[in-house]
Amino acid sequence: MTSGDGEGTASAQEMAEAWAHVEFARHPDRPYSLDLIQRCLDDFIELHGDRQGGDDAAVVIGLAKLNGLRLAVVANQKGRTLEERGRRNFGMAHPEGYRKAQRLFALAGRLQLPVVSFIDTPGAYPGVAAEERGQAWAIAQTLEAQLALTTPYVAVVIGEGGSGGALATLLADSVLVLEHAFLSVASPEAAAAILFRDAGRKQSAAAALCLEPDNLLKWGIADEIVPEPPGGAHTDWDGTAALLRPRLEARLQKLVADGFAPSRRRERYRRLDGLFKA
Amino acid sequence: MSASPIYSPPTAAAAEAKESVVCAVCQASQSAASAEANLYVCPSCGAHTRISAHQRIHQLADPDSFREWDVDLEGSDRLGFFDTKAYVDRLDEARLRQHLPDAILTGSGRLSSIPVGLAAFDFGFLGGSLSTAVGERLARAIERSAEASTPFVCVTSSGGARMQEGVFSLMQMAKSVAALHRLAECHLPFISILADPTMGGSIASFAALGDIILAEPKAMIGFTGARVITQATYEQLPAGFQTSEFHHARGLIDKVVDRRQLREVLTQLLMVLSGPAGETGQAAA
Repeated sequence: MTSGDGEGTASAQEMAEAWAHVEFARHPDRPYSLDLIQRCLDDFIELHGDRQGGDDAAVVIGLAKLNGLRLAVVANQKGRTLEERGRRNFGMAHPEGYRKAQRLFALAGRLQLPVVSFIDTPGAYPGVAAEERGQAWAIAQTLEAQLALTTPYVAVVIGEGGSGGALATLLADSVLVLEHAFLSVASPEAAAAILFRDAGRKQSAAAALCLEPDNLLKWGIADEIVPEPPGGAHTDWDGTAALLRPRLEARLQKLVADGFAPSRRRERYRRLDGLFKA
Repeated sequence: MSASPIYSPPTAAAAEAKESVVCAVCQASQSAASAEANLYVCPSCGAHTRISAHQRIHQLADPDSFREWDVDLEGSDRLGFFDTKAYVDRLDEARLRQHLPDAILTGSGRLSSIPVGLAAFDFGFLGGSLSTAVGERLARAIERSAEASTPFVCVTSSGGARMQEGVFSLMQMAKSVAALHRLAECHLPFISILADPTMGGSIASFAALGDIILAEPKAMIGFTGARVITQATYEQLPAGFQTSEFHHARGLIDKVVDRRQLREVLTQLLMVLSGPAGETGQAAA
């Protein structure tokens, strides 16, 4: 199948399957973070602001409970209406969004609250203002804040997990991935633009990047795939939440029960590839 | 794979083969010997040419002080990746051309007699991109610096993630940040030097977390590349967008340093950071 003509090694069927997966994750009727927070968690109270002058609506933070367990919550939030999409920048955060997440991690440490994150972002916002205000620095500092967090931390990839913007709320002790969600080094369009100099070859790129969640499990990046209702999460939000909630609770309870150290989380991400001897 | 001689540093003969070097900015010509003496900075217009990892270490480390770490640690093609060419072939070509197992050279050395851990990215090796092997070599260099109680100095020149390693490349951002924690635990400095270009996953992880961040003049630095920003947002880019000077003016970089002064500035920093730290410090013990 390796033709050498620049078409890659994926067959037409593999490309179609990979692209269908991406479209599932991006489906406009898919439950977004707040839809799942309202259905999975109890007593959610949203908090606002990074305490440094900004409140990016692409990132939502707050407090909640799950069967009595106190939680701090951080989530990427996409908009559903035209107005809300604009206000939330399609779930793409500016530096203020990452600093808001950092504030949440600091709050969680201060009050010893376990953290739950919901990931659903195409990536960090690719704009002039974001760069001017230190987008890369904000993401790097958020990676650091996650690895320094002193409480149990569970991340759930619910839709798109695009690039460094997704990583900013992914470095947890347990990582769950919804059946039709994906995590990727870059959007398939961006990867195609870089690899083939043609964003139109996104299906080829999607296949080559091996985006299926089963791979994340195999590679030790994710701990569990959360099944979606028949037909996908977009057909049944309550059903999706009902499948997610017990798994989320079990993961949190296990982390709380097993005892916990941030050094273990750092070790997880230090040794992740499994390629090199310690 | 055995430690093959293809990773040996480039020979002087290779440099001599080029008779003259033409500046890509002002077209001024100089001899190869003069270009090397000028550290590959154009004497006419000051343009900083990208240099290889071997050249970078040669410029910074005291003569004969550099000892390379992880000489034959190399990665593999986890995804069986093929774009317009097989990834394994791209890797083999880059290894031969750049005399490196992957896009970073790490080791111990001395800088003005001060022991340091050193790392230099090689842009000529698949754009200096972050592969699993690059992430591992970087993380080990950070950890070895911590073990040896030396500062860590890293010169980055990297386009960001290596697409051909997919999500494994993304996770190197996490790996590098996890490793940096070791240095912080030991209260040892990390001096991050940004050379042209430092983009994407590299600046959004370890490179932005230097205790001190220096940058070479007019280096391109940023998360998203200018072309992608223009395509995605149709925004007008301000003058000097994403240059070292642009970020310095916004408080994101400590100092923009000409390559010809870099060794001197590093020496001053390392001198001021070494030695007894006063009553509250632990370094005096």
